[in-house]
Order: sequence, then C-alpha cells, then structure tokens
Amino acid sequence: MNFAVLQFPGSNRDDDAINVLKNVLGHSAHLVWHKEPSVGNVDAVIVPGGFSYGDYLRTGAIARFSPIMQDVQRFAANGGHVLGICNGFQILCEAGLLPGALVRNKSLQFRCEFVHLKTATKNSPFTVSIPSDLYMRVPIAHGEGCYFADEATLKELQASDQILWQYSDAKGALTEEANPNGSLLNIAGVMNKGRNVAGLMPHPENASEPLLGSADGRAIFESLVTSLANKANFK
Amino acid sequence: MKAKIIVTPKKAVLDPQGKTVQSALEHMGYKGVKAVHVGKYLEIELADGDKAVYQKQIDEACHKLLSNPVIEDYHFTIE
Repeated sequence: MNFAVLQFPGSNRDDDAINVLKNVLGHSAHLVWHKEPSVGNVDAVIVPGGFSYGDYLRTGAIARFSPIMQDVQRFAANGGHVLGICNGFQILCEAGLLPGALVRNKSLQFRCEFVHLKTATKNSPFTVSIPSDLYMRVPIAHGEGCYFADEATLKELQASDQILWQYSDAKGALTEEANPNGSLLNIAGVMNKGRNVAGLMPHPENASEPLLGSADGRAIFESLVTSLANKANFK
Repeated sequence: MKAKIIVTPKKAVLDPQGKTVQSALEHMGYKGVKAVHVGKYLEIELADGDKAVYQKQIDEACHKLLSNPVIEDYHFTIE
C-alpha cells in the first residue's frame, strides 16, 4: 500500500505516522507538503497530529484552506480513505469532511496521558480488524479535544453507526472518569456517512510498538491496510 | 473603514472558560453575575469602499473562516 502523510507548518506527528506505516507495517509512505496541489497516486491519506498554523484562530481552521486540502476533498469525494489523527481530526472537522467540532477540554487543561478506547463499531475500514475484546490503550496529547455536535447530528451519528471510538475504562465501560476532555457521548473518533473518512483525537501511531508502552494502536492501521487490500465495502 | 467582529460560543456548547471566569468573579465578591461567555473580538482594517459590498464579504468570511458555525455565532459592524 502507498500512503500520503500531509505536512503542514506545525505538524509534529507526521514522522511518527510515516514510521508506523513504513517501519512497523512495511508499506510505502511519504510526506506531502501542504502547498502541493495533489496527494499523488496513493491508496490512503493520513492527516497527522500537531499544531498546524500554531492553532491560530481555531485548531485546524487555517490548515483546512491549504492548497493540498482541495485535493483531499476531491480524493475523499471519490471514495479515497482519509484518516485524521488529533490535529488531523480537527482539520477534517473544520473542512466539513467530518461532522462536529473539537473544542477546549472541559478541564481547561492540556491532557497528555494514556486512555482506553472502546471500539463502537467494526463496520468500518478503520476498525474492522480490531479484536472485539480489545480496549485499546493509546495516548492522548491535546488541549482541544472535547467533541461537540448538536443533538440532531449526534442522533444521526448513532443511527448511521458513525461513532468509531469512545473513551472507556480498561474494561470498556463508558464512564465520566474515563472521559479525559468532556467529549459528548465519550466520543474519541467518528467517521463520515460514506465510511471512508475518519478522525480521532488519540494517537494510535504512538502506540504501535511494544517499546512505546502499547502496540494496541496498530490495529487501526492494520484495519485500514486489510480493507484497502480486500477492497472492502462498508455500508 | 473598519469591520468589528464578535465571535461567541453557541449556547449549547460547553464554555469552561466562561464558567471559570464566572466563578472567579463570584470569588472576588461581584454580585449578580448570571453567566459569562468568553468569545473573540476581531478588527479588520479596510480600504475605503462600498459598505454594502464589504458587508457581504465580511459575512462570507465570518461563515467560512472567522467563525465555525458548528460551535460559534458571530455578529459584526462596519464603521
């Protein structure tokens, strides 16, 4: 598989995403500078974490108008797979590719710690290979990760099975204590209606090797690779 | 000319900053504070021109970039 990892001024997990895709999973991956007009001939696009444009105005607000994002819109509209991580999730929400928005953590604190994620559905190219009994242990590092959407949108997300991951305790219970940022419904990640664009606040790319304290996050990338290889269709 | 834009969080959106400022004001002894909402103020300096045209452009810019309609409301004046 061939991946494009976008790079904005202020991206900082771009190389971590490349490392997982290339060195851990053995696929081809390259950086694409935000001023490029095209993502190139790739199977999937990763929008990585960081602080694009210094989070000025709102997280992701400026990056979403970078030239490369025009082509990401085209790529996604044609069914291409796009995964946004942390700041990448914020950018995809700002771009309208994903529903909702990420606002300031309820605690007003920047939270940098391990959390557990319950996979809410396996009916997606991003979750299909995640074992049902695995509550992934992955790190978060964000100040603006509180997921918000209006009530109608939340109902639609539930009805269309678009919630992918929720903050849980180690046993999969969706408690308030397990919610690090005040996200509605403990939402950590969602996908679009077309089931080809997803985003999440936690960093699976930083939990894909035992050396980093957890390799659970790898299951997300493996899901994507398997789905692409099988040309799997999710509805 | 100048456009003065105020962006505020929507009522339904959690506003922990507003809540924190509110409780600080209460601790300081200010009475009667019912709620605080923390937003943003932007000033755009404009070359002299047609106010009606600017009105349309600023509204568009507010909708596209300066605010996020999912979580924020805005209003502005041009002077």
